[in-house]
Amino acid sequence: MSTTTLEAVTRGRVRRGRRRRAVLGGLTVAVVAIFAVSLMVGQTFYTPDEVFRVLLGETVPGASFTVGELRLPRAVLALITGLCFGIGGVTFQTMLRNPLASPDIIGISSAAGAAAAFAIIVLNLGEAGVSAFAIVAALGVAVLIYLLSFKDGVAGTRLVLIGIGIAAMLNSATSYVLDQAGQWDLQAATRWLNGSLNGSTWDEAVPVLVALAVFGPILLVQARNLTMLQLGDDTAAALGTRLERTRLISIVAAVGLIAFATSATGPIAFVAFLAGPIAARMVGPGGSLLLPSAVVGSLLVLLADFIGQFAFDTRFPVGVVTGVLGAPYLIFLLVRTNRAGGSL
Amino acid sequence: MTTEHTLEVETLTVGYADRVVIDSLDLLLPPGRITAIVGANACGKSTLLRSMSRLLAPRGGHVLLDGREVHRMPAKELARTLGLLPQSPIAPEGITVADLVGRGRNPHQRILSRWNADDDKAVAAALDATHTASLADRSVDELSGGQRQRVWIAMALAQQTDVLLLDEPTTFLDVSHQIEVLDLLTDLNRNRGTTIVMVLHDLNLAARYADHLIALADGGLHAAGDPAEVLTEDCVRAVFGLDSTVIIDPVSGKPLMLPIGRHHVREPGPTVG
Amino acid sequence: MTSATGPDVATLRRPARVRLGWLLVVLAVLVLVMLASVAFGSRIVGWSDIVAAFGGTDETLNQAAVVKRIPRTVLAALVGAALALSGTVMQGVTRNPLADPGILGVNMGAMLAIAVGMTTVGLVTATQYIWAAIAGAAISALFVYGVGSLGRGGATPLKIALAGAATSAALASLVVAVVLPRGDVAENFQSWQVGGVGGASWDSIVQVLPFLLGGLAICLLSARALNSLALGDELAAGLGERVALVRGIAAFGAVVLCGGATAIAGPIAFVGLIVPHMCRLLVGLDHRWLMPFATLVGAALLTAADVVGRVVNRPDEIAAGIITALIGAPFFIYIVRRQKVREL
Repeated sequence: MSTTTLEAVTRGRVRRGRRRRAVLGGLTVAVVAIFAVSLMVGQTFYTPDEVFRVLLGETVPGASFTVGELRLPRAVLALITGLCFGIGGVTFQTMLRNPLASPDIIGISSAAGAAAAFAIIVLNLGEAGVSAFAIVAALGVAVLIYLLSFKDGVAGTRLVLIGIGIAAMLNSATSYVLDQAGQWDLQAATRWLNGSLNGSTWDEAVPVLVALAVFGPILLVQARNLTMLQLGDDTAAALGTRLERTRLISIVAAVGLIAFATSATGPIAFVAFLAGPIAARMVGPGGSLLLPSAVVGSLLVLLADFIGQFAFDTRFPVGVVTGVLGAPYLIFLLVRTNRAGGSL
Repeated sequence: MTTEHTLEVETLTVGYADRVVIDSLDLLLPPGRITAIVGANACGKSTLLRSMSRLLAPRGGHVLLDGREVHRMPAKELARTLGLLPQSPIAPEGITVADLVGRGRNPHQRILSRWNADDDKAVAAALDATHTASLADRSVDELSGGQRQRVWIAMALAQQTDVLLLDEPTTFLDVSHQIEVLDLLTDLNRNRGTTIVMVLHDLNLAARYADHLIALADGGLHAAGDPAEVLTEDCVRAVFGLDSTVIIDPVSGKPLMLPIGRHHVREPGPTVG
Repeated sequence: MTSATGPDVATLRRPARVRLGWLLVVLAVLVLVMLASVAFGSRIVGWSDIVAAFGGTDETLNQAAVVKRIPRTVLAALVGAALALSGTVMQGVTRNPLADPGILGVNMGAMLAIAVGMTTVGLVTATQYIWAAIAGAAISALFVYGVGSLGRGGATPLKIALAGAATSAALASLVVAVVLPRGDVAENFQSWQVGGVGGASWDSIVQVLPFLLGGLAICLLSARALNSLALGDELAAGLGERVALVRGIAAFGAVVLCGGATAIAGPIAFVGLIVPHMCRLLVGLDHRWLMPFATLVGAALLTAADVVGRVVNRPDEIAAGIITALIGAPFFIYIVRRQKVREL
């Protein structure tokens, strides 16, 4: 081995690491900034000082309620659901080697949506019941899709297609349930289906936080196995990756994240889908995308919610904003992916 | 620098959902040598290679590496001794050559361990050995077919295994790149003693480059041994159902098979023997 | 070609006796189903009332109910026929076993066009709906097919299905964004988008009929060309077809059919997917037989789905589109599982 080659290899690695850390740092700063802004801005403006005192637990007239009870839970929920959607989405995309194979497209979000609509309209459940129902349904459907695509092992393409079929079925079940709804329920269900942070409470945020604390580390620990799957099943296995185990752990953890986040806010369109590809463009190819995607996810949700609340005359739910903003990027991505022949 | 490992196949039976592809096959792969596996389409060459590297679970029989059953070994431990380059590996979009080669270090890394200087050394050595050091920062997507194949071999080298299995490493390459890849593998075998087992389509290249030739027919072993003894007209007829004449290759001194079709055969008929 | 042996030719050419036999069976089934559709519904009606209603009397409530069922039956048959034929042609044009107006995102394109039309120009008449739907369907069909066929391997089932699903998701967000600020339109739109033939009237049938007949004629005329296209573009060109022209004409016919059907009955998924597969089993691959069969079977299927939807949950009705999705998705999964992975 020549020393020049060794130096070049080391230099390249250090350079890529530096870029990755810089991007992660920049994104984190952006998230913190917009998080702070969304605590300050609203019908009444509160200064950073007032916000800070509320965060420290002091009683500030007006601000304690508005910031502490209204804006803070909302911003926290936006932050953590964004993290969940980001990690969950990129896990699916990496595992299935296709940026289009995100949970919003292959039926996981549809399952949570159909279940929630059913729970709200037919069973008349309260918030906790709706969440529980959505989570169980999302996990159940994920397992079903996995089992249905099992035939000499699970092939990614088959899983994606079967997911699309299941999603179509669930979506029409949802529209049937909505059709049965009374006027008030219809509003609740539609709002839920579009993904919304209106009326966020701490009660909604806690389960998501717990899910993030449980499933997030599981995925991060096996991030390397997940990136190995990008090389194709055969190569990954030849390099010592246990395919089925990696896939199973990834699916369960990612579905857990997506389901808990979805049950709190409804499916916020395209965040799971877009976070990965955006992160990939920013940090460059090579390393694991889990952490960058998580941060991009929460940036997207915070930003979209801010726009939805303040940019238009009508207050749009966050999911509609991400949907409309995401659509052109999605189409661009579709074109680019197909042209390049797939992979993130 | 390498230790010799024995790779054995005992009464191996492998199949997919509805059909048996390999039926109770016994093989011994000579350590420290180059073995080529040849046979007609769909005779089970790739299946054999895949089950030797435990990508496919056997229905019966065993694959033994140094007497241990590969399907029972921990995945990473096996991957430190035995590497496989599949027929059409997938490169993540935009990945650089150095990063891709670095993926070969996976079996040497613990779950949370950081990349270390040994990893850098292994990658650099693999790049040098395959003459791809100048490509290190290029994106794999931009490379030509021959360059890409060398990069994949570099990835397998970075894995630092003593046994390397390759599934048709020369497909989709033009003839000069085929020779380049096979020369590279020969260097590897001669310089480091790496045991190489490869599936090859081209009988004549297999006979030229292999120390040991295995001919499969219908999921079973037809013949195995020195190419000069295995590659005969009878063998070609039995394995491929093709008439041929086998002469001595004036370049290598190894056997050279010339196919006999229905046309373009000089009268009087070919001499046999 | 002189030899008529070999498996491919055998499936392409079923004996005429077999086909005629099946033709009689299918016709009989269609007649029975249509009779059932008039006889059964959410209200239970005696035979004497049914006979009277056919005579034109609607004096009792029962008779009036039956009189309303007649246009409904006709519409179900027409829409089913149009969707099935449209699916057959789309599968032929794209050589893709998963092509279907629902999967390809064509329904959603029609939906967005109608949503935009309702909120901006205020669509009123059926003809306006139809034109809007056809335009939306055509644009999204072109787009999805265009995107899906970029890159390696052309328009593979996986790429088409993903492009369709992703486009549908993007369009769905846009639909919500368009409809949400307009409470007055939302409810009207909601009832349209479930997909069903419950609101049928002779008036709307008369308006959609010219479109369906036109589409039918275009599709049937391109049957022979589709047989050539099945061999691949290059071979078809070698056989003297003007590939691009033929494909454009056939696709136009298919889009007119499914746009018209969608405008009048809402998005109905999976009829266009299932029926061609069923018919290929019955009569083989020759489009000249396949198309008439698909038309009849599609009519029978949707009519039957409508009857089932009226009967299973009396006195509530389940829209036919939901029934077809519930039957169709498992069938879709069956088709996916049957394909070899590398063909996806």
